[in-house]
Amino acid sequence: MSALRIFVPCDAAARAVGADRVAATIRDEAARHGVEVEIVRTGSRGLFWLEPMVEIATPTGRIAFGCVTPNDVPGLFAGYSRFAASHPLCVGRPEEIPFLKRQTRITFARCGIVDPLSLDDYRAHDGLRGLERARSLGPAGTVAEVTTSGLRGRGGAGFPTGIKWKTVADAPADRKYIVCNADEGDSGTYADRMLLEGDPFVLIEGMIIAGLAVGAGKGYVYIRSEYPDAIRTFSKAVAVAEAAGLLGAAAGFEIEVRVGAGAYVCGEETSLLESLEGKRGQVRAKPPLPAHKGLFGQPTVINNLISLATVPAILADGAEAYAALGMGRSRGTMPIQLAGNVKHGGLFEAAFGLTLGEIVDEIGGGTASGRPVRAVQVGGPLGAYFPRALFDTAFDYEAFAALDGLIGHGGVVVFDDTVDMARQARFALEFCAIESCGKCTPCRIGSTRGTETMDKIIRGERVTDNLALITDLCQTLKFGSLCALGGFTPYPVMSAIKHFPEDFDRPRLVAAAE
Amino acid sequence: MPTAWNESRASEIIRRHEGREGPLLPILHDVQAEFGCIPAPAIPQIATALNLTRAEVHGVVSFYHDFREAPAGRHVLKLCRAEACQSMQGEALADQVLRHFGVAWGGTTPDGHLTVEATYCLGLCACAPSALLDGEPRGRLTTASIAALAEEIGR
Repeated sequence: MSALRIFVPCDAAARAVGADRVAATIRDEAARHGVEVEIVRTGSRGLFWLEPMVEIATPTGRIAFGCVTPNDVPGLFAGYSRFAASHPLCVGRPEEIPFLKRQTRITFARCGIVDPLSLDDYRAHDGLRGLERARSLGPAGTVAEVTTSGLRGRGGAGFPTGIKWKTVADAPADRKYIVCNADEGDSGTYADRMLLEGDPFVLIEGMIIAGLAVGAGKGYVYIRSEYPDAIRTFSKAVAVAEAAGLLGAAAGFEIEVRVGAGAYVCGEETSLLESLEGKRGQVRAKPPLPAHKGLFGQPTVINNLISLATVPAILADGAEAYAALGMGRSRGTMPIQLAGNVKHGGLFEAAFGLTLGEIVDEIGGGTASGRPVRAVQVGGPLGAYFPRALFDTAFDYEAFAALDGLIGHGGVVVFDDTVDMARQARFALEFCAIESCGKCTPCRIGSTRGTETMDKIIRGERVTDNLALITDLCQTLKFGSLCALGGFTPYPVMSAIKHFPEDFDRPRLVAAAE
Repeated sequence: MPTAWNESRASEIIRRHEGREGPLLPILHDVQAEFGCIPAPAIPQIATALNLTRAEVHGVVSFYHDFREAPAGRHVLKLCRAEACQSMQGEALADQVLRHFGVAWGGTTPDGHLTVEATYCLGLCACAPSALLDGEPRGRLTTASIAALAEEIGR
């Protein structure tokens, strides 16, 4: 009899809730029962409320067990059949769990299924098909395919990826670079982390394709230091790909992993380039565009990790198939990340166009605390806070921009009715003050003055005057900053004031508290 | 455990990055991994090796939150203070930790046992509130699990 194959995620979030201890207990318990097991450490499927989620291979596919603790493991081995589907923790076939079944998994097709460091596993699950097709299409054909797919920057700016690639492809230079922005600093987002830990080869393949398309021989992946697991797994994957001849000088494309140093602003592309060059992560003025003068002054494709990791699937299955999904000018799928006070927190990859209400109430299942949903912040610390009244907004770049918000990197953070929106507005300004690179005066000084002014509002001092001051300051930040940090900090601040005015009615609130 | 400052060891680290483009951050990370911080004498040494001014190197060291002037405690607890963790009462739990160990944000206990730092997102937002203890992820923190964590850290 062959060994029982058991899949336990090694994703950092699964490890954070005990996946390592579960894996160790499974190993011990199997030995005690004399059962031969093969434990495969996968990435996460992204159903985090069920983590640690353990799956076993059966002749008819995998069966999953949710929220497994080490104490549950002996029970899973007890009885006549191991890991019986009748066990109370059994959630059935993972693909049939509604949260997963409703998704359109393209970028995350393999995440949580494969062994992240097995190139054979990657190939067996359709890996490297995109690269093959790119090689047959040639550079111009590959760029055209990416353009046709309608793929836009998944970091938040939403710039068409194909056009960026074309600009770099057309720029004459001896050296060009591919830079992957894996400085995923937005609270509520973890898609980059999941792929780095769960399917690193898809990023490697995407970067090789990008290199081929624009004529670049070197790629950098800039991963934030807050992601130690991702750095470890991705670095190993690069070594595996080098050993297999996929990467390296002989293969014509090299990848170097670089680690950030705790600066949120380095997620901004020009600041990231400065950081790679070994400088302070200060924003550069544009033009020149990185596509013309990027890393070390050379033409550079700088893309978000999700954009690059989506390219292999686009090439493999054709641009039309990808472009057929989505709405308006937002084509394809977006990995939406449900986070914070949400019942079913996890990664939900779907075509653009779901409404915010569907995402939060139906898919997310409301709050984890069981209290009413009051506010939702979309797109990280620079994203707007939305009230329930705007839950009919469609998840789409333009629809969010029209409401003075952004979809950013796809993070959705849910808050229940205990949230104090004046404090959230204050935090947005404080965060800007902590993370400002210092180049622009409105951001460097305005963020600190804004935080102080919000403190006065929270204390109930001259609230009307101070709110007017905040509004004026936000105008200055919005129009006087070089990058999104200063430019978009007004979104969470002004949306909180606009949609939740009652939380800024401080004299009454202060009086009520006393 | 970080080793004491050693100039020739620092030279070895710098040499390891020879030929690399833009090597300053990788060098600083390695120096900090070795010595637990960026020791003051490392700055002129790195500056000379990379043909930079001391001010330029100092400017980079002081820009990034990760680089320290003095070593942290034996254990480092990074607590997430970003929005997703706020939505799950992370601030109240953080207060509990700070009170328990009698430190402020960024502070180290007088015996050098523990440093508690704020971090803004660990990407564990669907298992909030979250933390990193000596680089190991912890999620779904509660009053009870924070107490257990404090016990584990000791003192």
